[in-house]
Amino acid sequence: MNAPETMKQFRPKGFRHVGTRPVRPDGVDKVTGKALYSPDFKAPGMLWGAILRSPHPHARIISIDTKKAEALVGVKAVATGRDLPTLESLVMHVGEGASDIVDVSHNCLALDKVLYEGHAVVAVAATSPEIAREALGLITVEYEELPFVLGVEEALAEGAPVLHDNVFTKGVEPKPEKPSNAAMRVEMGGGDVEGALASAAATVTERYTLEPVHQGYIEPHACVASWNGDGQAQIWTSSQGHFAVRSLTASVLAMPQSDIRVTPLEIGGGFGGKTTIYLEPVAMVLSRKSGRPVRLAMTREEVFRATGPAPGAVIDVRIGADAEGTLVAAEVEFLYHSGAYTANDAGAGVSSAIGHYRIANTRVVGTEVLCNRPAAKAYRAPGAPQVNFAVESAIDELAGKLGIDPLELRLKNAAAEGDPQTSGLPWGRIGWVECLEAARAHPHWSAPLGPNQGRGIAGGYWGNYGGPSTVNVSVAEDGTITVATGSPDIGGSRASMAIMAAEVLDVPYEQVRSVVADTASIGVSMVTGGSRTTFATGMATVQAAEDVKSILCQRAARMWGVSDDQVEWRSGAVVCLEGEKQGQSMTAAAIAGRSFHSGGPIAAVAALSAKGWLPGFGVHICDTEVDPETGHVKIVRYTAIQDVGTAIHPDYVEGQMQGGAAQGIGWALNEAYIYGKNGKLDNAGFLDYRMPVASDLPMIDTVMVEVPNPAHPYGVKGVGEVPIVPPLAAVANAIHGAIGQRLRDLPMVPDRVYAALHPEG
Amino acid sequence: MSKIHVSTTVNGDATEYLCEPTSSLLDVLRDTMGLTGSKEGCGSGDCGACTVVLDGEMVCSCLVLAAEAEGRTVATIEGVAEGSVLHPVQQKFLEHAALQCGFCTPGFIVAAKALLDRNPNPTETEVRYWLAGNLCRCTGYDKIVRAVLDAAAELRQERTPA
Repeated sequence: MNAPETMKQFRPKGFRHVGTRPVRPDGVDKVTGKALYSPDFKAPGMLWGAILRSPHPHARIISIDTKKAEALVGVKAVATGRDLPTLESLVMHVGEGASDIVDVSHNCLALDKVLYEGHAVVAVAATSPEIAREALGLITVEYEELPFVLGVEEALAEGAPVLHDNVFTKGVEPKPEKPSNAAMRVEMGGGDVEGALASAAATVTERYTLEPVHQGYIEPHACVASWNGDGQAQIWTSSQGHFAVRSLTASVLAMPQSDIRVTPLEIGGGFGGKTTIYLEPVAMVLSRKSGRPVRLAMTREEVFRATGPAPGAVIDVRIGADAEGTLVAAEVEFLYHSGAYTANDAGAGVSSAIGHYRIANTRVVGTEVLCNRPAAKAYRAPGAPQVNFAVESAIDELAGKLGIDPLELRLKNAAAEGDPQTSGLPWGRIGWVECLEAARAHPHWSAPLGPNQGRGIAGGYWGNYGGPSTVNVSVAEDGTITVATGSPDIGGSRASMAIMAAEVLDVPYEQVRSVVADTASIGVSMVTGGSRTTFATGMATVQAAEDVKSILCQRAARMWGVSDDQVEWRSGAVVCLEGEKQGQSMTAAAIAGRSFHSGGPIAAVAALSAKGWLPGFGVHICDTEVDPETGHVKIVRYTAIQDVGTAIHPDYVEGQMQGGAAQGIGWALNEAYIYGKNGKLDNAGFLDYRMPVASDLPMIDTVMVEVPNPAHPYGVKGVGEVPIVPPLAAVANAIHGAIGQRLRDLPMVPDRVYAALHPEG
Repeated sequence: MSKIHVSTTVNGDATEYLCEPTSSLLDVLRDTMGLTGSKEGCGSGDCGACTVVLDGEMVCSCLVLAAEAEGRTVATIEGVAEGSVLHPVQQKFLEHAALQCGFCTPGFIVAAKALLDRNPNPTETEVRYWLAGNLCRCTGYDKIVRAVLDAAAELRQERTPA
């Protein structure tokens, strides 16, 4: 164990609840198996659905014959892309990234073409899962196979098969004359990159590559839908945002949003991958056709073949510094896999590349490239880890050339509040320098290394987000408090909401219970994504709790017959400051118990679009040990340092940092989509898509640096996404430290490391 | 093909069910008996979310045919607590915040309890290798390993006479 007690060093400052570590309110359900996740839900009379998927990476659908399947006893409905309405193009922003609703529809059920192996083509609903699967075998789909393309450079080459004849590179003016696989292009920067590089004392010019990786949530996608003849429907599903499920499903089906009630079930991991829909419109159509609730669920293999991986990338970096180590210029050009549809990760990639350094001359260009793979989807800091791997590797290479300590080179050039980002806008109150200083002071940074071991460091950031959230805080007749939000709890947010409401009201944590309400029971809330929930939904929780506090004060004043300014909230009760009743106090229980006769029930709704979010920064230190005989890399020590603003529930902040680091380590060392020459995915299962297991990792030490966000009542900054950004380069830099060779292609699997160790072959 | 009649014991209760010859024990636990605490993350024995104990041996219930449970005893996550009293492994998972989404948690708890039932004093390395068949994508395993080690310590104290 390498992280003894440092994890518990954080102490709250001036708070009663913020910064404490109470047990989460949904905890007992989750350790006893009672909690209901998406695949656990069943409705009375429910049918079981199944989906027939394309065996080809790219093909035109000539015909679909479902007659035999429909005739099978027990089959109640069959649906194809023809059963979904024809839609006008409309780009919807529901969370991380944006999607054209036409693409969302065609991804749920292909219309004329299949664009990747695993693309959904036909769905059936039957009285048992066995019958549904048997029915799939009775369906005949005639395809005209088309040439396919998997790599980003190949997809841009002259003569490459073009996936969509209506895609003309977004972001290029004037609009290109011909459609292409370049879905969008984003460019930022300024100054004279060429001139500055020409006069630099040291430069690095290298190419870095990454393969697509999957979010790897353990809960496969599943839903139950029930759509009645009167047009009203219910959907039970887990997602990162049930309002996004509602708006996307309603848009795909061209129906009013208020006719769909989405009940959020517990979510078994998402990491960005559950900010979209795959199954819901299909289950809805099957339900409408059969008149019964329909369950659709994916197998693990379907999850790998048909849901969104994070983009792979080809990234070219040129970076230079003067002899003292001041960075003078940087150019980053990258191509990201977009898969079958435009994914919108390029913009975030561009703004996440080199903004953490003060560099006068910059040029960052990102292009998203369509190819015959499942449509890329958000994965924890979507678009940032790829480009950060390239830049933070190049910085390490540059430090080596300059003979400067890699941490000191970063610190010398680190951006601080007021410095310009790549976009030119100034940074707000960021904690990047503080994180680097914490890394330098950490015992890990100066600890001795053993044989075959090396140490790497990398820093990274993510912009985070705010946005719309609705929260209802209500007081029960006995004075206990319920906080209802529209934000799915993916890692402890019920606890952090209860902590913040208890902090405002100065009542015991257990007096506040927090629930996730369905789309008919609370106002619109954006997805749990963008590291926004504790910040934005937390802001709404604080506001609604403050409003409840005001109402309680007004009611007490009325009962005492004094004016509102003659009372005050102290230690969880209203205190009378003047008059006959001076010094008396009234608790929430006393006020709420009489509320029916003194103004009615006590509740407040805060519906807001949270502003003032700040980016998060992290620095990771990694020690690797490389087996010279096999090329196997072992992570022997790992420390994640991050500016978290204020940690509301430190256990869950640490948990985000540790989990993000583990995912990044997996990306660095093992994980990759592997395709055969036939365009089919060869590793669509957890045995061959190798995510880190407990024996692969050491304890992951965490240091929470707190540079509070002045725009949040408790100083919150988003924490969830930052920790997946630095690990890729931290591991690569540590391997370089161990073997003296630079690996620029992920994943750094043993055969690649072995080849680097034995260049003679 | 006709269904198979099975008599078995689940969490101490004598139970009978009819199953397809192709059904897994996990299918029957979840879909026939309503014991949805055991999760299906992969259906191929790679993630451990469906871990149960069959006649004292830890198994992936997705890899066991439902018909194989005939005459045997099955222990699932639903039987780990004694009534409303949590097992120390469950309690330590809560205290250490060893879960985020919680989907893998039942499998981890069943597996961890199986470890401590046979090895009350495991090292960190032994815990990590024993749990290597259980995938967690949220936590990085740090808090899970700490929770299991802490639960082991607590269980050992209970065995020591006061």
